[in-house]
Amino acid sequence: MKNWLSQHAQTLWLALKRLRQNPFASLLNISVIGIALSLPGGLYVLLNNLESLSRQVSGEPQISLFLSMQAASAEVSQIHARLKSHPGVRNFQFVPRDQALRELQKAAGIADVVQSLTQNPLPDAFIIHAKDSSADALQRLRDEFRSWPNTAHVQLDSLWAQRLEALLRLGKIVILLLAILLSFALVAVTFNTIRLQILTHREEIEVAKLIGATHRFIRRPFLYIGALQGLAGGVVAWAVVAVSIQVLNIGIADLTRLYTTNFQLNQPNTSDSVSLMLFSAWLGWLGAWMSVSRHLHQIEPR
Amino acid sequence: MISLSQVCKRYPGGYDALKNISFTMQPGEVVAVTGHSGAGKSTLLKLIAAIERPTRGSIIVNGQNTSSLRPAAVPYLRRNFGLVFQDHKLLFERTVFENVLLPLQITGFERKESAKRVRAALDKVGLLDKEKMFPITLSGGEQQRLCIARAIVNRPAILLADEPTGNLDTAYASDIMQLFKSFNQVGVTVIIASHDEAMLMRLNPRLLKLNRGELAP
Repeated sequence: MKNWLSQHAQTLWLALKRLRQNPFASLLNISVIGIALSLPGGLYVLLNNLESLSRQVSGEPQISLFLSMQAASAEVSQIHARLKSHPGVRNFQFVPRDQALRELQKAAGIADVVQSLTQNPLPDAFIIHAKDSSADALQRLRDEFRSWPNTAHVQLDSLWAQRLEALLRLGKIVILLLAILLSFALVAVTFNTIRLQILTHREEIEVAKLIGATHRFIRRPFLYIGALQGLAGGVVAWAVVAVSIQVLNIGIADLTRLYTTNFQLNQPNTSDSVSLMLFSAWLGWLGAWMSVSRHLHQIEPR
Repeated sequence: MISLSQVCKRYPGGYDALKNISFTMQPGEVVAVTGHSGAGKSTLLKLIAAIERPTRGSIIVNGQNTSSLRPAAVPYLRRNFGLVFQDHKLLFERTVFENVLLPLQITGFERKESAKRVRAALDKVGLLDKEKMFPITLSGGEQQRLCIARAIVNRPAILLADEPTGNLDTAYASDIMQLFKSFNQVGVTVIIASHDEAMLMRLNPRLLKLNRGELAP
């Protein structure tokens, strides 16, 4: 075990040495990888921020159930009971029409209008919070309530939030496509780097094969180089995103002061950051692996 | 330990490098393969080390038939051999020490023990004081001795040397022959290919004379 560790430590050291041998080329590769990944990475962070913003603003989605004007109190209590026993309802609140009118009167500016009414135009209403607040579940509940007798109108209050959510989902798909494309580019970059590395170390590979090196032994440093380069690229991508958000926040601070609100973009959280770096390292490893499988067996001692 | 039976090697293009070679070697033997250049000496050694595969016939090394070996098993077969090349095949971006260390790294030898073994091998060939130097700064004879140190560091049972004294002057060459003799004295099987028969005779070898790919009687 200790021996195995020391072998890998030696390989890691060798890989670092080889990356240092061509500092300029290595830095260029790492920058390309970093910039390519920072695009989907940065968009993802922005989208996450928008998502949490939309959640903040919209609050908890609720369903308003308005009864018909003719509904008698017996029918109201029937609906009350039905809601109480409904498995999809977390809690609800009954707003009698008189209370609704009183609240309307309190609202500035329309008290006169309300006073001029000869009768209360408002229906009795229930405000319902669902257990499952996903868009699908809410819609299903709304449709169900609509079919109940004595309901005049059922309204989902968070329709705009759902639209935003759908829009964000679309954005996520765009990011995913972008990430797939750029990942492919990253693999290609590593593939080529490793191909060049293999060609430069052709002699060494030949000698190692003559001395009895297994494929695994010869492959190992190249895989390490690919993974290290990917990891460094991931760190660069993270840094680009972090700095960009910092810069954006300065601009946003000016804007929010004018609107007298308080909003700041959040930096990517730790697990997202680590995922980005590991994903990048994995892509580098993959590119190296493909390159090594493709090129190493072409080098045979003669 | 090594046995060839009716081995033929034809290169693409129809050139027959070896025709119908059969012989058997016992452990601890010294075999000298001689003949004019192009007689097939190098090809014979390459066949034994599984660098080339025979067109016909079979080569058995330590009970393994090299022509039916899976590619993944070839490295393990090669670890039986210490290979010495005419062109040394040293790695010039590594130090003398690191060159000799390579076979031990390949077999995954423990680090401290490796360093000891490397120094012992370098001591044997008289290069201990040059371990930090790069091969480019060594003379031709020293480079050849370094190649030998790399070949013996794994303590192989069989040494295969292809023209080990090919481009060395007589003094250096007899040094090298002396080295091979000392390895043989501790039980290592030695196979040397060379056109220089006089030099080889110092080892009291069993002679295998090749003539245009055929074993001369």
